[in-house]
Amino acid sequence: MSSENKVKVYGTPSLRSFIPILHCPGCHYGAIIRLICENIEELGVEGRTVLLGGVGCSYAWPMLFVLDGAACPHGRAPAMATALKRIHPDTVLITCQGDGDLGAIGLGCFMNALSRGEKLTTIFLNNAGYGMTGGQMAPTTLLGQVTTTTPAGRDPEIAGYPIHVAELAAVMKGTAYSARVTVHTPANYQKAKKAIKLALQKQIDGIGYGFVEFLSACPASWRMTPSECLEFIDEKMLAEYPLGEFKNVDRIE
Amino acid sequence: MDEKIFITGNEAIARGAIAAGCKYFFGYPITPQSDIGEYLSAELPKIGGVFIQSEAESASIYMLYGGAMSGERVMTSTSGCGFALMAEGISYICAAELPCVVVDVMRMGPGIGTGGQQGQTDYRYATSGAGHGGCRCIVLAPASPQECFNLVQLAFYLADIYGILVIVLTDFIIGRMAEPVEIRPLDFGPVPEKDWALVGKGKKEGRTDRHFGGASYPPRSVGMSVPAYHEHQRQKYQKIMDTEVRYETFQAEDAELLLVSYGSSARVCRGAVELGRAQGLRLGLFRALTVWPFPRKELREAASRAGKVLVVEDSIGEFVDDVEFAVLGQVPVHLLGVWGRHQPGGSGIIHPERVLEEVGGLL
Repeated sequence: MSSENKVKVYGTPSLRSFIPILHCPGCHYGAIIRLICENIEELGVEGRTVLLGGVGCSYAWPMLFVLDGAACPHGRAPAMATALKRIHPDTVLITCQGDGDLGAIGLGCFMNALSRGEKLTTIFLNNAGYGMTGGQMAPTTLLGQVTTTTPAGRDPEIAGYPIHVAELAAVMKGTAYSARVTVHTPANYQKAKKAIKLALQKQIDGIGYGFVEFLSACPASWRMTPSECLEFIDEKMLAEYPLGEFKNVDRIE
Repeated sequence: MDEKIFITGNEAIARGAIAAGCKYFFGYPITPQSDIGEYLSAELPKIGGVFIQSEAESASIYMLYGGAMSGERVMTSTSGCGFALMAEGISYICAAELPCVVVDVMRMGPGIGTGGQQGQTDYRYATSGAGHGGCRCIVLAPASPQECFNLVQLAFYLADIYGILVIVLTDFIIGRMAEPVEIRPLDFGPVPEKDWALVGKGKKEGRTDRHFGGASYPPRSVGMSVPAYHEHQRQKYQKIMDTEVRYETFQAEDAELLLVSYGSSARVCRGAVELGRAQGLRLGLFRALTVWPFPRKELREAASRAGKVLVVEDSIGEFVDDVEFAVLGQVPVHLLGVWGRHQPGGSGIIHPERVLEEVGGLL
C-alpha cells in the first residue's frame, strides 16, 4: 500500500506539549492525560481552558498541556480555581488532584468549593497510596493494604477507613456530576472518556461542579508489575470502590 | 472637589482598595478586621466585583493566589492567627512573583491572643517574610485612617511594579479609630502590562502557556535555571531595599533623644514629642512607613545625630530588633514596650505621659 493511501486515525493530541510524560511505566496517568486532552479538543474549549495541577505526581501536569495552567500548593487547587473562575467566568477550570492532595490535606478546600456550588471540574486520581513520596498510606488506601507507613497492612483501629470521595461529592448540593471510572480495560477507558466530557459539560453549561474519580495504577508504590496492577484494580479496588455515576443532574434546585 | 469623610482605618483600607481598582476580595472573619470584608461584601458587587467569604484563611490566601494569576488586583485581610494560617500561601505567591495585597490588622499576643485588644505582635513575623523558604514581602505601616487609604493604594502599585506580595500592617487602634479621610485616588504612574495573566488563552489566541509555581517553574524571563531564578529574586529584593524605603521624621533635626516607632505607637510618640518640647525637652520622632524594607541607613544617621534612641511599641520587643540592627551599636537603644495594653497596672496602655516618664530617666 502506498503512503498516500494511509489515513491517520490515531496520534498525539494537539493539546499535549512537547514535554514527555515522566510518570513510571505502567502508571495510568498518561492515558488519563490523553483523555483530558481529547475531551477539551472535542468540546472546543481549548481557547479558554486553565488546567491546575496539585502536589504529588500531578504537580507537573500543567506543563504537559498546551494550555494556560499552574501548579498549585498541596490541596489548594479548588480555592485557586474558584478565584480564577469567579474573576473570568468564561474560562473552563480543571483541577487534577491526587488522593493525598484532595482526600487528605485538601479535603476541606474541595468540600467547601462543592458547598459553594463552584462551576469547576476536578479530576481526582485515586491510586490508593502516595506515589511521589514513595508509597505511604493515603486516605484511599485499602484495609489490609501494605504501604511504607502501614507495614502490617492498613488497620482501621489505627489508620481508619478508606475514603469514598465520589460518593461524598455526590451528596453535596453544588455537585452536578460525580462518577468513578478506571482506564484498566478498553471498555472502561471509553466510559472514562465520556465521564470527563460530562464533568466538563456541567461546568460549561453553568450547572455545577463536575467530578470524576479515577482508580489508577501505581506500579512503583504498589511494588507490582503493570499487569499485576490491573488485577489489583479488578479484584481489590473495585470491591472497595464501585464504578459508576453517583450524581448526574442538569439542574440544581 | 475631593471628598472628606469620617471613617475608620478599616473602612479606609476597603475604600483605598476600591480606589486602587481592586474589585476582588477573599477573606475570613476575624476580629479586629471583619468590617473590611463586611464593607467590601456590600460594595464590590455594585462595581462588578466579587467578594467571597472563604472557609479559612488557609483558603483565602489561595483564592488570592488564584485571583492574582488572573491579572486583576486582589486583596485579603486578616489578623494574628489568621495571618499565620496564610504563611504557606504567602510563600507560594512570593515564589510565583504575583502582585497582590494582604492586610494584617494586628491584635495582641500569641495563640488566639485577645482579638478585642491592641497589639503590634505580628511585626517580626510580617517583616521576616511571613512564610517559609526565604520569601520576602514589602510591608507598609500606616498610622492613621488617611494613611490606610493612601498606603493601600501604594501597596497595589508596588505589588504591580515588582511582582510581589505587599502586606499592609495596621493594628487594632488604627483599624478601629475614625478620623476625617480625604477620598482621593492616587496616581503613582504606569505599571507593567500583565501579559502573563492566566485567562485560558494558552492555545488559541497566541498567548504563551505560562505556568506559575516558583522555582520549579521559573518565570520565562529568567529561563529554566533554578540558580538564575534565585539570583533574579535576590536582585529584585535588593532593588526594593535600595529604592522603596519610606519614613517620616518630626522635630528630629536638633533632638537629643530620638523616639523611634511605627503605626499607632508612633502617634503616641508624636504626642510625647509635642508635650516634651513644651517642657523644653529636645525630643524628636523617627517613624518607619516601610518596615520591610527597613529605613536602616536613614535611621542610623538620625540616631547618630541625636545620640540616644527610645523605641516605643506594643510588644515586648520586635520592632526594636530592627532598630538595633540599623544603628549598629553606635548609640544606646532603649525600649518601652507593653504586652497587654488591656491589663490594668504597669503593663497597661502607653500614653504620651508614660513615654515622657520614660524619657525623664534617659535624658
